[in-house]
Amino acid sequence: MDSKWKLMLIASLVAVLSILFLMIGADGNWEYVLPRRGRMLAAFALTGAAIAYSTIVFQTITGNRILTPNIIGLDSLYLLIQTFIIFVFGSLSYIMVQGNINFLLSTAAMIGFSFLFYKLLFQGEKRQLYFLLLVGFVLGTFFSSLSTFMQVLMDPNEFQNVQNRMFASFQRVQTDLLLLTGTAFAGLAFIGWRWRDYLDVLALGKDHAVNLGVAYDRIVRRLLILVAALISIATALVGPIMFLGLLVANVTYEMMRTHEHRWLLPAGMLTGMGALILGQIVVEHVFTFSTTLSVIINFIGGVYFLWLILKERKA
Amino acid sequence: MIAAESLIKQYGDTPVVDNVTASIQKGTMTTFIGPNGAGKSTLLSMVSRLLKRDGGSVSIDGMPMENFAEKELAQKMSILKQTNEMNVRLSVQDLVSFGRFPYSKGRLNEEDRKVVSDSIAFTELEEMKEKYLDQLSGGQRQRAFIAMILAQDTDYILLDEPLNNLDMRHSVQVMKVLRSLVDELGKTVVLVVHDINFASCYSDYIVAMKEGRVVKEGRTWEVIHPEHLKSIYDMDFQVQEINNQKICVYFS
Repeated sequence: MDSKWKLMLIASLVAVLSILFLMIGADGNWEYVLPRRGRMLAAFALTGAAIAYSTIVFQTITGNRILTPNIIGLDSLYLLIQTFIIFVFGSLSYIMVQGNINFLLSTAAMIGFSFLFYKLLFQGEKRQLYFLLLVGFVLGTFFSSLSTFMQVLMDPNEFQNVQNRMFASFQRVQTDLLLLTGTAFAGLAFIGWRWRDYLDVLALGKDHAVNLGVAYDRIVRRLLILVAALISIATALVGPIMFLGLLVANVTYEMMRTHEHRWLLPAGMLTGMGALILGQIVVEHVFTFSTTLSVIINFIGGVYFLWLILKERKA
Repeated sequence: MIAAESLIKQYGDTPVVDNVTASIQKGTMTTFIGPNGAGKSTLLSMVSRLLKRDGGSVSIDGMPMENFAEKELAQKMSILKQTNEMNVRLSVQDLVSFGRFPYSKGRLNEEDRKVVSDSIAFTELEEMKEKYLDQLSGGQRQRAFIAMILAQDTDYILLDEPLNNLDMRHSVQVMKVLRSLVDELGKTVVLVVHDINFASCYSDYIVAMKEGRVVKEGRTWEVIHPEHLKSIYDMDFQVQEINNQKICVYFS
C-alpha cells in the first residue's frame, strides 16, 4: 500500500472516531452535547497534532527514536513558570486568570529557554547526544526542585491551584485558549511544512546533511524553536503528558514505513488526534470515568517505551 | 583546484592538524596516507566544512569556501565519511536519490532520475536498487554511498577511508570505480587510505602526513620510496616493482 492510501485510511479512521466521540450517548441533547464535545474534540486535535509534530521533528534532529522533547526539561519549565506566577502574584492574579496572557508568557519563556539551550549545547564542536540528554535532564530536575521549593512555602489553597496544572487533564481542557493556540498551531505547522524536505535530509545525520547543502546550524535552530513552541501549545492546553509523543511517533513510523516527512508529519498528526480521541472514548464508555486519559496514555506509552528499549538492546 | 592554506585544528592544547598547506590538482586522484592519528581525516573534514577550523583558509577554484552558498558548494564538492550509520531505513534507490538534493530539494525531475539511475549503473547496483541498506553486504553498502556521492555530480569528491571494512575484492572494486571517475568523467578524487599499496597502484599524487603535518607530497612514483616511507611510518619497507606498479612489502 503506498503512503497516500495509508494516509487516507488513517484520516478516515480519525474521522470515524471523531463522529463516534461526538455521538455516543448524546440522547438527543445536541444543544448541550455538541458544543461541549466539539470544544474537547478541537483541543484533542490540537494537542495530538502538536505533540506528534514536535516529537517527529525532534526525533529526526536528534536521530533517536526513543527521545521526546520533554527530555530537555520543557515540561518542568512550564510547571516552574506556573508555580512562580502563583507564588508571586497569586492564583487570582490577572496573569493567572487570563489564559491567553499566561499562554503567551509560558510560550515565550519556553522558546527562550530552548534557544539558550541550543546556543549553549549545539554551538560547540562536540554535539554529543548523551551530553545533551544529561544536561537537559539535570536542568529539568533543577526546575522541578525550584517548583517544589516554592510549593512548600505556598499557601495550601494556592498549592491546590498549582496541583491542578501539574498533571495533564483532558477533562478540564483550557477551552478559552482554543482560538489563540489554534491560530498559533496553524501558523507553526505551515512554517514547518516548508522544511519537510530538509527534515528528510537531516534524518541522514549531520555530516550527510551538510554535504548535501543544508545550512545545518540555521535549520536545526529554527526547528528546535518550532518544537518548543508546539510543546508549549500542547502543555498550555492540557498540561504535561509524558509518553504520548513517543507512542504516536513510533506508531506512525511503523504504519507509514517511509522516510519522507511529507507523509510522516500529516500521518503523525492524525495518529496523535486519533489516539487521544480513542483514549477518551475508552475512558468515558469503558471505564466510565473511573480512570483518566493521561493515566491510560502514560501506561500504554510507558509499556511501549520499555518494549522499545528492550528491542533496541537486542538489535 | 582545492587549496588549503595553513590549516589548524586543535583540541585543547594538542594540535591535531598543525599548520598544513596543501593543494589538490583538478582531474587527479590524490591520496592522503600516514599513521593513525596523523590528522588525515581531520584535515579532510575541515576542507569539506564538516569541521570548523581553528585557523587557515580553504579555497576552491580560486574562491574562498565562505563565499559559496551552501547549495552551490554542495554542487561543487562532496564528502563521504568512513562511518555511515543510518537511523532511517532506506533503499539503495532512496539513498542515491538524496544525492540530487542540492539540485532539486527532494522533488526529482527527469534529469535527476536519469543521473540517479546512471549512478546506480556505474556502481553496478542495478539488481539491488530496491533492497534496503541493512540487507546489503559491507561492500555493496559502500558502493551505494559512493553512488549517492556520484549522483551529487560534483567536481570534487572527498572520501574518508572508503576501503574501511572491505575485503580485497570489494576494495579493488571500489578503487576501480573511483579511478574511472577520474579517467572517464574527469572528476577530482581525494581520499584517505590506510593500505599503502592501494595508494601506490591507483593514485596520481600522494600526500603523507605525520603528527599533524605534511611530511612528504608529490607524484605517487616519487613518494613510494623506502626512505620516505620509513620516515613516515617509522618502520622498514621494501619496495618492489611488479607489473609496472610499485608494491610495498612491510609485513615482516
